[in-house]
Amino acid sequence: MSSSIDEIQDQVIEEFQLFDQWIEKYEYIIELGKNLPGLDDQYMRDENLVPGCQSRVWLHAELKGGKAVYAADSDAIITKGIIALLIRVLSEQPPEKVHEAELYFIDRIGLKDHLSSTRSNGLVSMINKMRTVARDLSKIA
Amino acid sequence: MSGKVTSFRKFDVEKIRNDFPVLHREVNGNPLVYLDNGASSQKPKQVIDRMTRYYEHEHANIHRGVHHLSQRATDSYEQVREATCNYLNAASSREILFTRGTTESINLVACSWGRHFLKEGDEIIISTMEHHSNIVPWQMTCEERGAKLKVIPISKAGELDMEAFQNLLNERTRLVSLVHVSNALGTINPVKEIINLAHQCNALVLLDGAQALPHMKVDMRALDVDFYAFSAHKMLGPTGLGILYGRESLLDSMPPYQGGGEMIERVTFEKTTYNELPFKFEAGTPNIADTIAFGSALEYYDEFDQDELIAHEQDLLAYAGQRLSQVDGIEFVGMARDKAGVISFNLKDIHPFDVGTILDQMGIAVRTGHHCTQPLMDFYGIVGTVRASFAFYNNQTDVDALVDGVEKASAILL
Ligand SMILES: Cc1ncc(COP(=O)(O)O)c(C=O)c1O
Repeated sequence: MSSSIDEIQDQVIEEFQLFDQWIEKYEYIIELGKNLPGLDDQYMRDENLVPGCQSRVWLHAELKGGKAVYAADSDAIITKGIIALLIRVLSEQPPEKVHEAELYFIDRIGLKDHLSSTRSNGLVSMINKMRTVARDLSKIA
Repeated sequence: MSGKVTSFRKFDVEKIRNDFPVLHREVNGNPLVYLDNGASSQKPKQVIDRMTRYYEHEHANIHRGVHHLSQRATDSYEQVREATCNYLNAASSREILFTRGTTESINLVACSWGRHFLKEGDEIIISTMEHHSNIVPWQMTCEERGAKLKVIPISKAGELDMEAFQNLLNERTRLVSLVHVSNALGTINPVKEIINLAHQCNALVLLDGAQALPHMKVDMRALDVDFYAFSAHKMLGPTGLGILYGRESLLDSMPPYQGGGEMIERVTFEKTTYNELPFKFEAGTPNIADTIAFGSALEYYDEFDQDELIAHEQDLLAYAGQRLSQVDGIEFVGMARDKAGVISFNLKDIHPFDVGTILDQMGIAVRTGHHCTQPLMDFYGIVGTVRASFAFYNNQTDVDALVDGVEKASAILL
């Protein structure tokens, strides 16, 4: 069986405990951002754009084998690194689980600031959109 | 020159920093390095104390009560109008209107003057480097009145194309509305020359001075400008207060902007007559406390020889420019010969948001993004910049911290 959302969150928290310095943490996030495949050109369309005024985020979701599968991209690399974490936690899970998931890992790895709405980096809107898409997908599934 | 006291306070940046309580706090475990003065300046304790004293001992509504407090508050409030008039060397305090900020000051002119005087086919000139506050109000008014908005192009260095400006000026030009100092680039525009050229065509000139007054004194009569708009919060004063200077004859000819209390002379259901200047344009209970505290901001500036403040800022700017130019991947945006207070840059094609995030971790406050100048960013073909903006209370340590931060950002992001 694949890991549940909370099991993955706990793994992420454990990994981040290895970093004592903020700079190591950000280097890791940037690395994640660079390694995230990003989005196919065909999905980099305005209707996939999540509103956010500083960095822009594109999100594509589909249902595959009863699971919600997400792909996303951003024009800012730190945002993209955080997206990589969100995808790792939420993608390929049953949509109803995504919809009701409580995301506690962001706070625990010290990135809560990035999710304050004033950051306007699109991440809050992205999570909201991941949830609403999951709810819609769970109706089909 | 006026016969004012000429013994200035000695310019000592470390002593000055002691007047600004917030400069002694930490952010993310580091001493705050505040380089977002273009967005809003910090406040000296003289201004903060004045506001507290007002609320603790002096508050009442103004222009209406016969009682002691009301009269005292009215006096304090009107004294600041007088002080602002002197600070700007305007001809009369009737030319000083209090608003909510630069944005409202420009909207006041666009609504009152624009709706009343603009006709179909008339033209208004702005420039590529305007803040949205000096674009959108004119788009709205032009659309309503059938007038046209013309845009002065700029060079890559971020300077107005003066030849193109002269070609745009014609007998249909009614107003030239320009930023005095660009918030995104720091460019100081040749406003005296622009005013002379516009006046030769019988066009009026409005200057958006939001970023000018924090860095220089501006003399309304010497400039011979028609309207001048700025915000208190960018020049040591409280938020929520702006000023609109307007030539008296012009303001007199303009209809009120908002209706309500204070702005009337006599109200009946048949007809209302309006109060005289400046009250005609100040409907409702104004921002009393902030206005009174703004008076202390002006007094604070006047403690110093302005030339020393300017020289210090120019030194910082030169030092920052020289040190930052050594950083791997740095690309400056805006290299005008005449600049004030601002260094805008990118690290190659790294998103400015990423650079700002790294700097924030180190306690360094800069602005990232389009700075409310999207057409300008489009002109440069970028999404935004990282902007460090200086005030006279910044020091070399701030610049060193910035350079250190940008070097780190460059090392991990590039
Ligand atoms: C050049 C310029 N114009 C207008 C404004 C708007 O000022 P306010 O938001 O105080 O109305 C600003 C401030 O961001 C500015 O920098």
